[in-house]
Amino acid sequence: MSRLRNSNLFQAWLVLVLATVFGTALAGIQSKLGPIIENNKIKETMERIPSLVLGEDQAEKTMRQKDFLAIEPRVIEIKKNGRTKFYTVYDALFKDGSMAGHVAKASGQGYADNIEVLLGLDAGAETITGLFILDQKETPGLGNRILEKPWRDQFLNKSSNKRLVVVKGKAGKAYEIDAISGATISSRAVTGIVNKTIADVKAQLIASRKSGTPKSKNGNIKETK
Amino acid sequence: MADQPTAFERFVQGILPENPVYRQLLGLCPTLAVTNGMKPAITMACSVAFVLLCANIVISLIRNLLKPHLRIVVFTLTIATFVTIADRFLAAYLFQMSKTLGPYIPLIIVNCLIICRCEVCASKQSVGTAASDAIGQAIGFGLALSSIAAVREILGTGMFFGMRVLPSAWPDWVIMVLPPGAFITLGLLLGFVNWIGIIKSRRSVND
Repeated sequence: MSRLRNSNLFQAWLVLVLATVFGTALAGIQSKLGPIIENNKIKETMERIPSLVLGEDQAEKTMRQKDFLAIEPRVIEIKKNGRTKFYTVYDALFKDGSMAGHVAKASGQGYADNIEVLLGLDAGAETITGLFILDQKETPGLGNRILEKPWRDQFLNKSSNKRLVVVKGKAGKAYEIDAISGATISSRAVTGIVNKTIADVKAQLIASRKSGTPKSKNGNIKETK
Repeated sequence: MADQPTAFERFVQGILPENPVYRQLLGLCPTLAVTNGMKPAITMACSVAFVLLCANIVISLIRNLLKPHLRIVVFTLTIATFVTIADRFLAAYLFQMSKTLGPYIPLIIVNCLIICRCEVCASKQSVGTAASDAIGQAIGFGLALSSIAAVREILGTGMFFGMRVLPSAWPDWVIMVLPPGAFITLGLLLGFVNWIGIIKSRRSVND
């Protein structure tokens, strides 16, 4: 009996009991709140998509006319260097079924932690129609200025045919992006994510358009006109 | 146990005489990290208050079952549970705020203020005393956080709770919302609080 009393396991009975009770309680809370949290994340992405595809003014206009875009998520698989990468791509469709554009979710290493972005591309994946930073932990006041609209708006209407380059000072050429002063690394990180995403998904977006998934059929007809 | 402070003494001590930040210099990680605005500071203070209160009550309830060499494990287990609950709640109902605070909510687990209160008060005194101790310390922590956040947000962005209070001609002192601003503000306010303390004690000696 005294051997049992002195055993490590017996002494730790309170820890074991508490761990079980707390673990069960947390599992209960997670099962209640988990779906809400997931919903929050999806909602944030969904709310962004119209303005990323149409631009902010146009998106507001369609909202007012109750002319919502239909949003269909899908997963694009990229095989590169023997590794498979997955991108979640949201296709935004007009009411008549024609393609308004695509939004790709992508992430990459920033200065501090992973940066997660939403990249809007037009129907033919030819130009960038929007950029939004979903998640970042860059330095407040410097790197986190990638969140600011004036900086992000530099990406608007850039062609997806040429790699974007970050320059310090004044960006002049069509493919140049101004670096945030004091945050060149963050600026390069975001631009790098954009370049890589375009390189990875563009071919597939165009291919899936040509093969004509049922919904984008109308888009194809429009193109031939 | 006769020389242990009473519930009321515990409550009062936490607010100023033993303020967790200005007197005990505990919990400085969130104090420095999330005080660049009033909203994150208040959210952090509330989360810490919730965890502190719950942990103190639970530890006080099981204080007679604690084994001395296993007490720290029990403290950490309890604190981690309530921090996880707070973190999930913020992510579910204050999604944007939980994104702003990022890793600092889970980091409450290692906030030494809470484990200190478990060790000093909750593992030795009754539930009522432990609860009032937690409330006192939480108010003290909240006061400290909001005083630092007020200085930093007003000087750094010209705003208070996200509303403009200084004229737009004010050149925002960006350094105040950056990490160095946190150290500067904490240092100056710490000096100020200690200076007041010295003056007070001198006065009481003269009386």
